[in-house]
Amino acid sequence: MTVKIKEWPGTALSSRDIEEGRVLTVRHKLKAEYAWDAGVAIGRYLRELKNGRLVARRCGGCDRILLPPRMFCEQCFVPTDEWVYVEDTGTVNTFSICYVRWDVARLKEPLLPAVINVDGASPGMGILHLLGEVRPEDVHIGMRVRAVWKSPGEREGAITDIKYWKPVQGG
Amino acid sequence: MPERVAIVGVGHSDIRSITPGLSCKEMMYEAAARAYEDAGVNPRKDVDSFICVSEDFWEGTSIYDEYVPDQLGGALRPVHTVTGDGIHALACAAMLIRTGMARVVVVEGHSKHSDMRTPAHIHNFAYDPIYHRPLEAHPHHLAGLEMNRFLHVTGNTREQCGLVVKKNLANALLNPRAVYGARVSLEDVLGAPPAFTPLGELDIARPADGGFVMVVAGERAIAGLAGEPVWITGYGWCTDTPALDSRQWGEAAYARLAAQQAYRMAGITDPFRELDFAEVDDSFSYKELEHLEALRICRPGEAGSWLEEGVTLPSGDFPVNVSGGSLGVGHLLEATGLHRVYEVVLQLRGQAGGNQLPDVARGLAQSWRNLPTTTGCVVILERA
Repeated sequence: MTVKIKEWPGTALSSRDIEEGRVLTVRHKLKAEYAWDAGVAIGRYLRELKNGRLVARRCGGCDRILLPPRMFCEQCFVPTDEWVYVEDTGTVNTFSICYVRWDVARLKEPLLPAVINVDGASPGMGILHLLGEVRPEDVHIGMRVRAVWKSPGEREGAITDIKYWKPVQGG
Repeated sequence: MPERVAIVGVGHSDIRSITPGLSCKEMMYEAAARAYEDAGVNPRKDVDSFICVSEDFWEGTSIYDEYVPDQLGGALRPVHTVTGDGIHALACAAMLIRTGMARVVVVEGHSKHSDMRTPAHIHNFAYDPIYHRPLEAHPHHLAGLEMNRFLHVTGNTREQCGLVVKKNLANALLNPRAVYGARVSLEDVLGAPPAFTPLGELDIARPADGGFVMVVAGERAIAGLAGEPVWITGYGWCTDTPALDSRQWGEAAYARLAAQQAYRMAGITDPFRELDFAEVDDSFSYKELEHLEALRICRPGEAGSWLEEGVTLPSGDFPVNVSGGSLGVGHLLEATGLHRVYEVVLQLRGQAGGNQLPDVARGLAQSWRNLPTTTGCVVILERA
C-alpha cells in the first residue's frame, strides 16, 4: 500500500484460492527436448576431456591458441589451422563465491565458479569451471590451479569430466 | 531520394535433413564465409552492422542472439537479432543503409531443426495457453482449418493443391540445394495418409537444416565490392490479428498488404505483367495458391486453374517456386524467407543452373512465418 492508498480496490487472490480451484488456472508443462550437435570443435574438445586432456585450436592468422577450440577465428574470420594440446594448469582470472545454486537453493558450502586462464592457451583464453579443495576466503585472483579429473572409467566426454580445479602448492 | 540498396553477396551452408557433423555456429560460419567470398568483403573491416533472425525456442537457448557474432565476424561490432523472418531482417538492412546508419550490412538466418527432439511440443508453445492449447490438437490443425475455408471461399480444389506438391517436388529435383525432390503423381498426394483433412501428409513441407547469409550494400559502397548487385527495389511486411476466432480464414490478407507496400515502393501496378517470376511461401500446399492470389499475381479463385494450365510451371508465363519451394527444398524456420530471396538472386544473376529461367529481370520473394502466425513479408528484386 502507499501513503495515499490504504487498500486497493477489488478482491485479492490468495494462493489457497488457486490451490483449491476457486479460480481458473491453466498449467502447461513445456516438453522441449533438444539434441544439440556439438560440432567439429566442441565435439573433439569433449572427446579429449574423456582422455583427460584439454585441446585447443591455433589460428594461423593471429597465432593465438584458442580455448575452447573453434573451427574459425572470431578476430581474423579465417578457418583455424591445427589442434594443440594445452596444460591442465592455469591461473584464476576471476571468481565468485556463490551461496545460491541455480535452483535458488541456499548453500552452506558455497559454489566457487571461476574463469581460469589455462597454461598453453593464449592470454585470456581458458575455461569457466569450479574451484575445489580450497577455503572460499583463500581464493584470490592470480591463484595458480590444477584440474582434478574424474577417474578414466568415470569420464564420459563432458565438461564435468574435470571435477574442479584446486590450488597448486605455492600458488 | 534515399540511396538505392542491393544484395551484393549470398552464401549458404549445405541444406540437409539432419546435420550431425556441424554445430549451429559452424554451419553459420560456412554460410557466412561463402557470402563474404561472393561479395568480396572482409567482415572485420567492411561490414558496418549484422542482423540475424532466430527464435529462442527453436534454438533451445534463451537470448540466442548473443551467440551469433563470432561465426559471422561480428564480434565487437553492431549486431542485433530480429525475431522474425529473414525478409524482415533484409528490410532492416535496407533501412539501416537508406537512413545513413550503415554502408554495408550482413543478414543471417538459419535452421538447425534437427537439434529439436520434440518439435511439435515446442511449436505448440506458440499457441494461446488459456483458450487454445487445452484443446490438445496438433499445431498443424490450423492449416487444415485454413485450407478448408480457403478452398470453400475461392473455389480452388483439393486436387489443385495436390498439383502444387507435384510441381514443387519435381522442380526440386533440378535444385542441388533441395532435400525433398521427387517425382510424385497427383494420386500419390491424394492417397497419402490423411493428416489434417483436407490437408494430407504430403501437403506439408518437411523441415531441413541450413543457413543463409547475405551481404547488403548501398549504391555508394557497391563500387568497391566484387559481388554482382541485385537491387532491392521494394519491401513490405504485415501482421494480421492473432485472434483465431475472428481472423480472415479464407484469404492471406497479411500477404496482400505486405505486397501492396512493396509494389508501391517498387512502382509496380500490375504484378503479373511487371514481374517475371516469384518464390512464394508454400509451407503447406494450399499456401502457394492462397499467396499467389493475395499477392494479386492472379485473381481470387484463379491460382488453381493457372496451375492446371501450366502458367506457374517453369515453362509457363509466370513461374512460381522454380526452386522447389519449401515443399521441395525443406522448411528452414526463420531462414525460409532468405532461402526464397537466395533463389531469386540466383535467377536474376543467371546462376540458377538446371532451374534457370530465360530472360528474367525482376522477381518477387514472399515469406510467411508459419503457424499460428499471420505475418508475411514481400521483397522485390531486380537485375542491374
